[in-house]
Order: sequence, then structure tokens, then C-alpha cells
Amino acid sequence: MAPKLPPQPPLQHSNTAVADSQSHGHAAPPKGILRWLLTTNHKEIGSLYLIFSLTMFFIGGIFALVVRAELFQPGLQLVEPEFFNQMTTMHGLIMVFAAVMPAFTGLANWMIPLQIGAPDMALPRLNNFSFWLLPVAFTLLLSTLFMPGGGPNFGWTFYAPLSTTYAPPSTTFFILALHIAGISSILGAINIIATILNMRAPGMRLMDMPLFVWTWLITAFLLIAVMPVLAGVITMMLMDINFGTSFFDAAGGGDPVLFQHLFWFFGHPEVYIMILPAFGIVSAIIPTFARKPLFGYASMVYATAAIALLSFLVWAHHMFIVGLPLVAELFFMYSTMLIAVPTGVKVFNWVTTLFRGSISFESPMLFSLAFVVLFTIGGFSGLMLAIAPADFQYHDTYFVVAHFHYVLVPGAIFAIMAGVYYWLPKWTGHYPNEKLAQWHFWFSIIGVNLTFFPMHFAGLAGMPRRIPDYALQFADFNLLSSIGAFFFGASQLLFVLVVILCVRGGKKAPAKAWEGAEDLEWTVPSPAPLHTFETPPVFHRASH
Amino acid sequence: MDRREQAQVGVRRTVIRTLAVLVGMFAFAFALVPLYDVFCQITGINGKVDATAQSIVHEGVDESRYINVQFITRGSPGLPWQMSVETRQMSVHPGQMAEVDFTFTNNSHSENWGRAVPSVSPSRATTHLRKISCFCFEEQQLEGDERLTIPLVFQLARDLPEDINTITLVYTLYPVDRVIQSVSLDNALQSNTLNDSQSDLRNDLKNNKVVGETI
Repeated sequence: MAPKLPPQPPLQHSNTAVADSQSHGHAAPPKGILRWLLTTNHKEIGSLYLIFSLTMFFIGGIFALVVRAELFQPGLQLVEPEFFNQMTTMHGLIMVFAAVMPAFTGLANWMIPLQIGAPDMALPRLNNFSFWLLPVAFTLLLSTLFMPGGGPNFGWTFYAPLSTTYAPPSTTFFILALHIAGISSILGAINIIATILNMRAPGMRLMDMPLFVWTWLITAFLLIAVMPVLAGVITMMLMDINFGTSFFDAAGGGDPVLFQHLFWFFGHPEVYIMILPAFGIVSAIIPTFARKPLFGYASMVYATAAIALLSFLVWAHHMFIVGLPLVAELFFMYSTMLIAVPTGVKVFNWVTTLFRGSISFESPMLFSLAFVVLFTIGGFSGLMLAIAPADFQYHDTYFVVAHFHYVLVPGAIFAIMAGVYYWLPKWTGHYPNEKLAQWHFWFSIIGVNLTFFPMHFAGLAGMPRRIPDYALQFADFNLLSSIGAFFFGASQLLFVLVVILCVRGGKKAPAKAWEGAEDLEWTVPSPAPLHTFETPPVFHRASH
Repeated sequence: MDRREQAQVGVRRTVIRTLAVLVGMFAFAFALVPLYDVFCQITGINGKVDATAQSIVHEGVDESRYINVQFITRGSPGLPWQMSVETRQMSVHPGQMAEVDFTFTNNSHSENWGRAVPSVSPSRATTHLRKISCFCFEEQQLEGDERLTIPLVFQLARDLPEDINTITLVYTLYPVDRVIQSVSLDNALQSNTLNDSQSDLRNDLKNNKVVGETI
């Protein structure tokens, strides 16, 4: 018996508004570097964000390779333990704040106005400012590596008092850099919310928006809610270090555990900030290449909102071992497990969208399918970690490292790469070289699993994280991980090659570059002209 | 009003509202600090003990059970003191008054200020531990090479939960002068030509007892 899927009307749009949208006069942009410094165009700023993010992805990747090279075999070979700690810390900070988050903001800049039929972001000059804060912030952060005493060495979670009493003198610069990056994220989030709420094409209701727009709207609210808390925490650190207060210092009546509560109140929503837009990208790609409308659009929206709300109630599952009372352990354990329900709804909807679809396996689809499978594996190891008594054993082992790399690398980063391959025809007017992209995919998926799967076993066997040397019984797992990491890192050069080749030329792409693609961005020409939708498109909702 | 103007009004409204949320969340982060302390004090979570003297409650001694009370003392870098206790553990009945001597020794030749910060484990016992007299209520001053013995007088409440048989009291010594405590900063300052003026500042701070108990 064939299950009856509810018929989902394909979105229909008017194409007429596009043709004459180029007729308005625009002052010629300044030439050279000034054009990029002063641009207020959402497409150019989007490209800047993406290029910045890719650069930082490689810098953070090199730090990771230093770590993996040292861990290739037991004993201390290449770097001093102090430098090792700086590498693990900087790898985390750069990947979270300078690679993944700006990549999503870049995609949002490029695609949200196109997907909702807006001519630009709501606050174009603010947009320029939020981007240019980033190079400042991360130049400052990277420069701490060259300061006396070295850069941050206390892990990306910068727990006090490691990051206050025992921190290197450069910590004040780290705090300033994080403040600037945080302001950038907040301004970006305000801009995105203002754009989505006020600049949709006439007739487009909230529940007509593509899921990438929906997930970004919710992500932006998360950013508004938790980035100020991060700013508060690092301000307290700043005062503890420089002004003699004792927020986190037990000697003066403060409490280091308070730091962990405040940090994870920011930190847990932060990890969803890094995954919700990925859900949106995958929810655009899977229907396109399955040539079927997304199954359960409304439930996808509600599931995303539910995940966002729950993310505020689960922070202490990162601190099961600080000595929480039993009631708190149970509360945070159950609320964490509850997140598996809306996440399960999403995975179910993606799989059901694929069911009986007319599927083709172009590179965006391959990355999206890998996302669904590998993100689910990361979700399951997350469920294992949610079990408080089991977490007493797993806490701070490589099992945790395996878990969050599974949700971040084949999760967030694969989704970003899927999005890039999906929208490159729209950005450049050329299809990416499919053969090279497929090689990139297969190398990446082998590399990712070779790197991170053995970490599960090393962690379950008791290998602690953030150490430069380890006991002999972990040698084989670490050897595999290190080989995988170098393989994965090298294969990302293919990605750069594909992108460069695609910018320079390739098979010409039509306006609707993918057969099953339905959203508004596919109604403008490829490559998308600098100014689009100056006359708002008329959005038609097909009637049932 | 045409569409574009309408959108601009909407954008302004959205920006004002998000900025309000932003300011609210920033304030909330700081409000969490006192809220957290109040929460910990009420529930006794975290082993944070009331830092004021309590009076003895005469509620009769529950001679049917013994509670094993253990004492642990810890020093900390930056304070050249040693803290010791006359006995590592003692057995008391709930409701019974008990006294135990702690000895502070200053191993350096100069005067220092220090403070012993208590922590109780299991944290559920915290609210059932009454300290009648404790050196932990205030900062201590020791002259160079001075040795000082101070008693701790305490009483366990009779309503101590049945399943608690052992209570551990940990005292950690902290220097009161915060500038001296920051070792890494000190190292950085040593290579600094401003060394002299900095140590003057440090001496000023040392004489000022208010520093270090800001919170």
C-alpha cells in the first residue's frame, strides 16, 4: 500500500519583476579596495563573509593539524605542551567564532534577501560595519599567539580561574577580540531579524518563507538572547583580571562554578546557533534533488522553534560533574533527552521527503545526505552523553570530542559546503565542476570518519581530551585519527580549487539552475545581478 | 504611506525592540551573580556556608547516631601560610556542641593577610551545620613567623537528614591581597621597567583591607 503523502503546492512566483529591476540608475561603486571596504551591497558583503570564513577555516584547520601531528604517536615530539594548549584553544575559538558563524552569516546575507524578494538587507551600512569588525577581532585574537606568555591556553570554554588567575597576560586582548566578534554577531542578527520581519515580498506570510530563512530568523533570536550573556561573562573576567573584583574567585567570595553556569547558559544556545541554519540549508537541498516538496514544512518550523526554546533549559548537562544536586541532574538529563524529539521530527521529515522521490546525486545532495546520516550519529552520541551517570564516565574524554566534531564537521560544515555547491551557480553563473566536487565529497567523508570515528573508542577507553601526550593503549586510535585529519585537511584544498574554477568559468547556469529548485532566488538571472528585486516580486501562493 | 516607508518604520521598530532585549539580557547576565548566591544560600547547594556566626540551639542531643565530621585544610599559591587541624576527623552527635582547634603558621618573615574559605560536602548538609564561632568569618592577619591557634565551634542540627553519616569540611586558604596572588601578572611585571612603581602600588593595596572583599 502506497502511503499517501499530503500534496504540497509548489511555490509559484512571478518572473516579470526581474527583467526591469536593472533599469534604476546606481552610482558607480568606488574602485579597488575601497569598493570592498565601503560596500553596502548584501551580495558583496555575503561574499566577503564567505571568503573570510574560508580563510579562517584553513587557519583553524592548521591549528588542528598541529594538534593531530603531536598526537600522531605517544610522547612529546613536535611542540611544547604550553603551545599545544594554545593550539587546541585557538582551533576551537577560530572554528566556532571565525569559521562556522561567519559562514552562516555570509550565506544569510547572500540568500535571505533573494529568498524573500527584498532588494537588500534592512540596514546595509550596519551590515558593512558588522563584517569589518570580524577581521579586526580575529587579527587581534591571532596576534596574541605572538605576545609574551603566548595566546589563550585555557580551552575554547575558557573556564575560570584558568582564564583569570592562571591565564597568560594576553587574556585581556582575547577578551577584547571576543567582545568585538560578539558585537559583530549581534549587529548581524539585528539586521537579519529586521530584514525578515519587514522586507518580505508582498503576499509572503511567515509560513511561506523558505526554511533557510526560518531557521536563520530563529538563530538570530538566539544570538540576540545569548551573545549579551557572553559579553557579560567576559566583562566579569576582565574585571576579575584587571580591576580586583572576585566574580569567579573563591578567595574574594566569588565562585568558579558560577562561571560555568553563565558560560553554558550562553554556550548551549551557541551550539544550536551553529546548527539551525544548517538544518535550513539541508531542508532546501533535499527537496530540490528529490524533486518533491519538503515533507512536513510546518512541523519543521515548530521543531526548530522547539529546539531553540529547549536550548535555554539544558545548559547544565555540560557540568554534570561539578556537584549538582540530584534534582538538577535529573532535570537537565531529561530536558536534554527531550531535544531528541524535535530533532527526530526533522530527521524523519528529511527521510520522508526522500521517500519515493526522484533522487539525483549531485554534490550538494551528496553533502546533504551525508549531513543527515552523520549528524544523526552525532546526535546519538549526544544522547549517550545526556545520561548523567554515564556522563560521569565520558566527561572530558575523547568521546565528547568525537560527539561535537560529528555534529559540527559533517554537520555544520558539510551543510555549509552543500549550500555553497547549491548556490554557486546563482552566485557565479557557472556550475561547479561536478567531477572535482564529487572527489571532494568522497575524500571529505572518508577523512571525516577516519578522523573522528576512532575518537569514540579512544574516549570510551578513557583517553582525556586536551592533553599533548597519552598512554600507550590509545596509540592506534590516535594514529588513525591523525592520518584521517591530514587526509581531510588536504582534501579541503580541492574545495578551494572547485570554487576558484567556478568563479573563473564553467558550464553556464540558467536562472533556475537545478531542476527541482523552487524558491524565489531561482527567478533572478544567474549570476545574480548586483541589484535584484528593486521592484518587489509578486509572491503567488498556489491554492489547494 | 507607501511600502518602502512602511518597511522603514517596521525596521526601526524591530531594531528598537531587539536593542531592548539586548540590554535586558546583558543586565540579566549580571543579575545572575547575586541571584546565584541567593539561590545557593537558600538551598545550600555548592557547600557555601553562611559567613556569619549563629547561636547555639538547645534542642537536645540525639545520642542514637554518630556523625563523622572530617576536616581538610588546603593552602594556596601566593600565601606562605600553613594551616593544620588538631584532628583529621571526629564523631559527634547531632545537637551536640563540638570544638576543634586550627593552627595557622606564617612561614614567611613578613606580615600577610589571608582568609580561609569553607566548603561543605555533601552540600545537603550545609544548611544543617551551625557555626557558632569560626575564623572563616573574617580575614586573618599574621605577623612574620607568627603561629596562631583558633578554635572552630560548631553544632550539627538535629534535623540532619538520616542518610548523612559523614560530613567533610574543607578550608582553603587564600591571600587577601589580589595583586600578589596573580602570579602570571607578576612574572609579566618583573620584566617591566615600571617594576618599582608597581610594587609601591602593591604595598598600598596590601595595607588597604577592603581590596579583595569587593564581592
